[in-house]
Amino acid sequence: MMETAKIKVKKLNLYYGDNHALKDIDIKIRPKAVTAFIGPSGCGKSTFLKTLNRMNDLVENVKIEGEVLLDEKDIYAPGVDTTILRKKVGMVFQQPNPFPMSIYDNIAYGPRIHGIKDKRKLDEIVEESLRGAAIFDEVKDRLKKNALGLSGGQQQRICIARALAVCPEVLLMDEPTSALDPISTSKIEDLMEDLKKKYTVVIVTHNMQQAVRVADDTAFFLLGELIEFRETKLLFSYPQDKRTEDYITGRFG
Amino acid sequence: MRIKFDEQLKNLNNEMISMSAMIEKAIQEAIDALLTQNIKKAKQIMKDDELVDREQKKIESICFQLLIQQQPVARDLRIITAAMKMVTDMERIGDQAADIAELTVMLAKDPYMPKVEHIKKMSFETITMLIKAVEAYVEQDMEKAKEVIEHDDVVDELFLQVKNELIALMKKSTGCEEQAADMLMVNKYLERIGDHASNIAEWVIFSVDDHVRDEFPS
Repeated sequence: MMETAKIKVKKLNLYYGDNHALKDIDIKIRPKAVTAFIGPSGCGKSTFLKTLNRMNDLVENVKIEGEVLLDEKDIYAPGVDTTILRKKVGMVFQQPNPFPMSIYDNIAYGPRIHGIKDKRKLDEIVEESLRGAAIFDEVKDRLKKNALGLSGGQQQRICIARALAVCPEVLLMDEPTSALDPISTSKIEDLMEDLKKKYTVVIVTHNMQQAVRVADDTAFFLLGELIEFRETKLLFSYPQDKRTEDYITGRFG
Repeated sequence: MRIKFDEQLKNLNNEMISMSAMIEKAIQEAIDALLTQNIKKAKQIMKDDELVDREQKKIESICFQLLIQQQPVARDLRIITAAMKMVTDMERIGDQAADIAELTVMLAKDPYMPKVEHIKKMSFETITMLIKAVEAYVEQDMEKAKEVIEHDDVVDELFLQVKNELIALMKKSTGCEEQAADMLMVNKYLERIGDHASNIAEWVIFSVDDHVRDEFPS
């Protein structure tokens, strides 16, 4: 399917206490492409997404085995700084969650934490990030206004801009449009097309048509297992596993 | 789960079967009218072609509805795509039956001078192909579909044989050149029907076969 991989996962198992939530996941995620994870609720796709930048570390009683290699380096190896990891592997959530501060400060927050103080440099980053998230023109005249005053779709793009501001390599998106109307959804989908030119994008979605529209590759999860992973157009026209076919054609009951 | 969707697919299948029955009947009767020089029957076939056209529109509209409402994927999508392509071939078969009927009206004025035995054989082979293609669709039988495609060679071979015979006849200048030319056209229509039956069989394979392929059949 591919020669190079941005992320390589080998034999990943995850337990929440006694609950074996991810089972022997092996996957290679292409650089500069959009990869979608689909599957019914509770199949482990969001859990798996979170293992890619160690967001599960914070969960109590979690046990993770196996390897997650980002550019061939195991992100679970001892001594890995999760702050730096999460700078490289950014995340956007289902509900837009801008900080209760100005649009400008939302975007400048990350760079400031990582030590950038120069006003001109920050201005530059803020503009570039907002442009990268296709929202600059809509907010350029009110950068000092509170980000919470924006619409849901705009807030979500602010969150994407905030993630872009720290120059990530990978962008994880957990159902980024499920709380948005169709027009905002379409803007975010168009944006993904742009984002993949520079970043590796991984998205969890419940909307299968969205996976068909935006993703180059699609992975189908069921009950903690990765059932099938292939090019999106092939997965949706010639699924090779009966369970995949049953799920994408709505036969699951 | 997906009760309405399955009902819609069943409805599509039923309409496909009824359109198949219509064209099967049209071509059978067109040949019958030709062989028995039955002008009345020929004219009826020409008229009935409208029903085939209407059925095609109906099926296309069902397919559009399915695409819009269900956004089908995987085999569902292949079945619907195949149906949309198949009806084009089926409609053409209907046209060709009507074309044969039209020629029949002219040919029926005089007794046949060229031997019609070969046309009989040719029509038998093409109708067999069509019936089999339709059966392959109804039964979702890939093997049967493959047989149809293979059988096209038999029809092509027969076409050449009939064509050569008719040319030989024309060269003798026995006064039946015009009739021979019309028969040649009937022969060509039958050969085309074989091609369309073969296309239908290819679409059956497309919808049934799970093996990955990048392109649609031509």
